[in-house]
Amino acid sequence: METLTPTREKSKISVKDLNFYYGKFHALKGINLEIPENKVTAFIGPSGCGKSTLLRVFNRMFELYPEQRAEGQIVLDGEDLLTSRKDVAILRAKVGMVFQKPTPFPMSIYDNIAFGVKLFENLSATDMDERVEWALRKAALWGEVKDKLRQGGSSLSGGQQQRLCIARGIAIKPEVLLLDEPCSALDPISTAKVEELIVELKRDYTVVIVTHNMQQAARCSDYTAYMYLGDLIEFGSTEQMFFKPTRKETEDYITGRFG
Amino acid sequence: MNAVTIDPREAKYARRKFINRLAVGLSLAAMAFGLFWLAWILVETVRLGVSGLVLTTFTQMTPPPNEVGGLANAIYGSVLMVGLATFIGAPIGIMAGIYLAEYEPFGWLASVTRFVNDILLSAPSIVIGLFIYAVVVARFKTFSGWAGVLALALIVIPVVIRTTENMLQLVPPGLREAAYALGAPKWKVILSITMKAARAGVITGILLAVARIAGETAPLLFTALSNQFWTSNLGEPMASLPVTIFKFAMSPYENWQQLAWAGVFLITVAVLGLNILARVLTRHKN
Repeated sequence: METLTPTREKSKISVKDLNFYYGKFHALKGINLEIPENKVTAFIGPSGCGKSTLLRVFNRMFELYPEQRAEGQIVLDGEDLLTSRKDVAILRAKVGMVFQKPTPFPMSIYDNIAFGVKLFENLSATDMDERVEWALRKAALWGEVKDKLRQGGSSLSGGQQQRLCIARGIAIKPEVLLLDEPCSALDPISTAKVEELIVELKRDYTVVIVTHNMQQAARCSDYTAYMYLGDLIEFGSTEQMFFKPTRKETEDYITGRFG
Repeated sequence: MNAVTIDPREAKYARRKFINRLAVGLSLAAMAFGLFWLAWILVETVRLGVSGLVLTTFTQMTPPPNEVGGLANAIYGSVLMVGLATFIGAPIGIMAGIYLAEYEPFGWLASVTRFVNDILLSAPSIVIGLFIYAVVVARFKTFSGWAGVLALALIVIPVVIRTTENMLQLVPPGLREAAYALGAPKWKVILSITMKAARAGVITGILLAVARIAGETAPLLFTALSNQFWTSNLGEPMASLPVTIFKFAMSPYENWQQLAWAGVFLITVAVLGLNILARVLTRHKN
């Protein structure tokens, strides 16, 4: 399959001939893809198409499960992260991830943010206070929690918890942010806030978002990849993908004739 | 003929309601049967135990027959041995539980550990008592508090292993992944995230283990034996509440029997208290 490079954008992550297996199941089949820097790239496709699987290769999250295995190359800033000898923790500090369900840690709101920062930096108390405020402001949560930073993270509403998780991911200053269906458990108001945030974030980060919601992909992404049964069917600018897709399958999916 | 026609659906529904009532009735009967004996035990314990419970019970040593005395040395011995056994057994159990849940949940070592642990969990405590007798008491040629501590610790370990593993398994995998996604190393994820999330459950497991060994007689009978006098020396035979109760309740002396009931009451209240504490902790978690 030819490499699907949508533009002359500078690419942050290059996926080369990526195959992925859950045990014997071949979940990703020869994926080639360039993720552009400081843009929002959306992965869409029906359930089981491999979009979350692809996302979980970018921070080697799949390695937590011994039966999962990836072959091929994922080049991040010129280095293949699958064969890199660097500690995986360093990679994950650079490539942050936010999950489908909000996962506040069993600690205070403040410590939820500080936990990740403390892993990599020795900040003074004032610097840490500043970093926590900065991350919470970025995630559009500061106003709602500034008076209860010492309360438990799980005392927040679902939408607030998800923004807390985003703040937690931003606080360690990654370069890439992976969002795995970040709004699927949220109500429309919280979803709108998270979407605004995503658009805001691309100024500083490369954002990759997996979504089931095509309007969401249309609203907040610059590039869109359509996947089906482990294949990358089409990749292009979101505008082109939604208005004049080149592949019939993409058109069928996007217009709702399928899936 | 204008017989009342019965809707077949209604007939089926009536049958279902009858079976429901029957099942509820049987369940209630089973519960009442269990509660009846429990209530009887509690009433008897309170009736016979409270009368023997005076200040001297806590201040004086176990007396010779037909003399005034208390249970001070037995209470002290029980608290000391149960405390030390928990102090030794709980960390081992917690660490083994962490290994089973977090490190090699499906490896052969984990399967073997789990199997052995299940056997240990259901082993009669008298077997553990005899084991320590053969290994420790017979070798050092003396009954001792340490032997009692070891026997009780051996009972604590499997209980704590099991509850720790179960509680860690209840922690949603997403929470672990979220911590790993921030670049946290494994030990940090376990210590700061999963153990923290499972803390209430693990503490509950330890409390239930304490409640279990507080009333164990058989493992102490062959190990710590008993002692008429106050001793803090774990190298000597040491008195404990269950063994003292055993000895005193079997005796023909009335003052001994009364002290035995007082001891029974004390253990019951302590175990009840620990169970309530465990309940409160788990509810707090939810």
